Amino acid sequence: MALGDWSRRTLRIVTTLWAAALLALAPQVAVAQDEAAEAPAAVEAAAETPAAETSGYTPLGPEWIKGQPVDGGIDFQPQYTDDGQFAYKMHTYLLMPVITVISLFVLGLLLWVVVRYRRNANPEPSKTTHNTFIEVVWTLVPVLVLVGIAIPSISLLARQYETPPEDAVTVKATGYQWYWGYTYPDNGGFEVISNMLPEDEAIARGEPAQLAVDNRMVLPANTPIRLQTTAADVIHAFAVPSLWFKMDAVPGRLNERLLTINEPGIYYGQCSELCGARHGYMPITVEALPREQFDAWVLSQGGTVGDEEEIAEDAESAEDAAEAGDAEGVAEADAAEAAPAE
Amino acid sequence: MATTAETLPIPEGQSADHGHDADHKPGFFARWFMSTNHKDIGTLYLIFAIFAGIIGGAISGIMRMELAAPGIQYLGWWVDFMGGEASFDANLHMWNVLITAHGLIMVFFMVMPAMIGGFGNWFVPLMIGAPDMAFPRMNNISFWLTVAGFMSLMFSMFVPGSAAGLGAGTGWTVYAPLSTTYANGPAVDFAIFSLHLAGAGSILGATNFITTIFNMRAPGMTLHKMPLFVWSVLVTAFLLLLALPVLAAAITMLLTDRNFDTTFFDGSRGGDPVLYQHLFWFFGHPEVYIMILPGFGMVSQIVATFSRKPVFGYLGMAYAMVAIGVVGFIVWAHHMYTVGLDVNTKMYFTAATMVIAVPTGVKIFSWIATMWGGSLEFKSPLVWSLGFIFLFTVGGVTGVVLANGGIDDNLHDTYYVVAHFHYVLSMGAVFSLFAGFYYWFPKMSGRMHSEFLSHLHFWTFFVGVNVIFFPQHFLGIQGMPRRYPDYTAAYEYWNQISSMGYMIMAGSMLIFFVNLIYAYTMGKKAADNPWGEGATTLEWTLSSPPPFHQFETLPVIDDNADYHDHRPASA
Repeated sequence: MALGDWSRRTLRIVTTLWAAALLALAPQVAVAQDEAAEAPAAVEAAAETPAAETSGYTPLGPEWIKGQPVDGGIDFQPQYTDDGQFAYKMHTYLLMPVITVISLFVLGLLLWVVVRYRRNANPEPSKTTHNTFIEVVWTLVPVLVLVGIAIPSISLLARQYETPPEDAVTVKATGYQWYWGYTYPDNGGFEVISNMLPEDEAIARGEPAQLAVDNRMVLPANTPIRLQTTAADVIHAFAVPSLWFKMDAVPGRLNERLLTINEPGIYYGQCSELCGARHGYMPITVEALPREQFDAWVLSQGGTVGDEEEIAEDAESAEDAAEAGDAEGVAEADAAEAAPAE
Repeated sequence: MATTAETLPIPEGQSADHGHDADHKPGFFARWFMSTNHKDIGTLYLIFAIFAGIIGGAISGIMRMELAAPGIQYLGWWVDFMGGEASFDANLHMWNVLITAHGLIMVFFMVMPAMIGGFGNWFVPLMIGAPDMAFPRMNNISFWLTVAGFMSLMFSMFVPGSAAGLGAGTGWTVYAPLSTTYANGPAVDFAIFSLHLAGAGSILGATNFITTIFNMRAPGMTLHKMPLFVWSVLVTAFLLLLALPVLAAAITMLLTDRNFDTTFFDGSRGGDPVLYQHLFWFFGHPEVYIMILPGFGMVSQIVATFSRKPVFGYLGMAYAMVAIGVVGFIVWAHHMYTVGLDVNTKMYFTAATMVIAVPTGVKIFSWIATMWGGSLEFKSPLVWSLGFIFLFTVGGVTGVVLANGGIDDNLHDTYYVVAHFHYVLSMGAVFSLFAGFYYWFPKMSGRMHSEFLSHLHFWTFFVGVNVIFFPQHFLGIQGMPRRYPDYTAAYEYWNQISSMGYMIMAGSMLIFFVNLIYAYTMGKKAADNPWGEGATTLEWTLSSPPPFHQFETLPVIDDNADYHDHRPASA
């Protein structure tokens, strides 16, 4: 843990430096910045909350589908988490250019050699078998390139493994042969069983076949989620490409990661560890809702939201108090208060 | 510079190593079924690998046919064909049986037997100037254990594997508990037994190669004068020797979990399913280098031969392979990034995995530097090697992408991974196999293949495999998981193109077989050294095909000779 904390802190600094270096060096970064500038507008447009029914919960319609593959697509699905956007940018503006340049460089050298040193063009071969300088260069330059990749890569890992905050909503995804169960321990512990929709029904609902389910995994948007995975029989994997999230569901183990979805919407995923015959038929549909509508959904499932809200409010007041200046004392008092409630 | 046996007086009753009629070949059955001759065993391995490759390749054809469109189209037919009863679950189980068989066959019964058993057996003794392998009888049992393993795997497809149907549907990784509690019936036992047999064969083969290379080099051939192909087999043999026992332990534990109620991998009774994955990949990662290192060795020989230039940076090339072998043992958990490893572990494996790119880069650049300033003759082996260098680079750089634990969160177990490892294996390893095949076929058979057909084979194969596998990067990046028989409509476009690529590739394999028929029926007789002055290793000093027993008097490599020239001076 100590190493983790240390590396996280160090890496954040190094990453900042790295980002600065990138800004100075790579022209693509300018493009990245432009897109980043456009992004808030998109977020604002999308952040219109779904029409809330006063009476409770209505599933989001197909117009809310945000994370799904597109016909003939060649890029990642759009990302709806901060970590996903970081990873996406790292791939698009660092990894892709680097691997493209390397591949083309090797191809170029091969073509050059083929043309320049073909037997007709060069009947007398040289006898050169050593050149210490060039050998050192082609060892060291790749090392530097890899270090350049490793720095943002390690910091991406550090981001992904941030510990979920106290008030995160805990949701447990359990893999079964061949469906998912979603349990909400903070909201009364009810479990939602989620099966794939038959093709005609999915299409009738305006959803993609093979990805749509009967009961979705409903999650609160803009709220830290402590997502846990486990399995009841064989190993499954909970994966949602547009949230840059994949975690194996291993029987007898409980895996846990922080997930914060940036905006309401529907995000599709699929089981990603071979789990038997119907491995391809246990998709995941995440439906992220604004917090009030999530609470309404919880109530509609017979769950409870009271304790959860109390904790959330306490956390908020703790934050306010922290801003006022007495951070630690209140936080401790808050923790002491919250503990018996659970 | 050097002397050969031929310059010395030949004792009465003995003969020199060139073609003559005193081979004393045994009769057909004794020669091919009880063989102790490294060349005959090498030939058997090659025939076996081609046979297994046809089956493994046909299975991938079934898979690409099914994946050409969404929905389940053909699996039911195959269930009936294999003697099962078609139903929704049985059809899907058949899919899992096919992917399992394809993976295991291609890894254990095609690439490994061809690389190590075939070319290793044929050319390691020839290149180091040895009369045969150190343990000829053990060599024979290695081969027949591999055949028995293949039989066991084939047999597993016809016995019950799980509630859903016949055959082992566990994937080549055989993860518990899918392969233990959830796979009743003997199919998985037969699959495990198949790996035991093939693994035992490989361990015996590895000890044989290590002993041969350390003890039976011709006088004067120091380790640092060995051809790079011999180096590559030596490193591979060590990887086999260290990695396969771990696989054997892991699958033996699987077997006892399945049959004797042990609970090594049962989380509910004190075991751990993730332990199996650690053990499997501790073997599995070195295994991928086992499949590619001999290819590195072959490409080094071929590039030097057709550039008429010694290999650039010989020592760097040799020790890059050693480095790849060593580092290959400490990166296994990058196959397990999503299993729930803690953040520090993922950081370590991310960094360690990237390190492998450095010695690999050294090899790529050294091959190019070997050609730089050379006098390139574009015979088929060189063309295949050029294809290898480029496609292996493409597969290598996607490996660098996947090495990042955080990026892998999205790509893990998707078609991106499938594309990546097919670029390094189905293009890397297989291109080097064809390069080696065309390089040494005249030596092995005594006949010349058609250069035209070999080039045609190359170009059609090159186009075919790229059309198959390049679009799979897109599918993976879009999120399509591996090991799926069916998919949502959005994935249809690239899947269809990928399946068309298979047809091109299958057509190009026909050209390969036509070329073989041509060589044996109309092919010109091969000279001792058909490739000219660039071919400097000892096998080219022998007749084509070499005598049944070669080097009855050892060739002597002069101490003063440059280590790039592996021949005695008078050859």
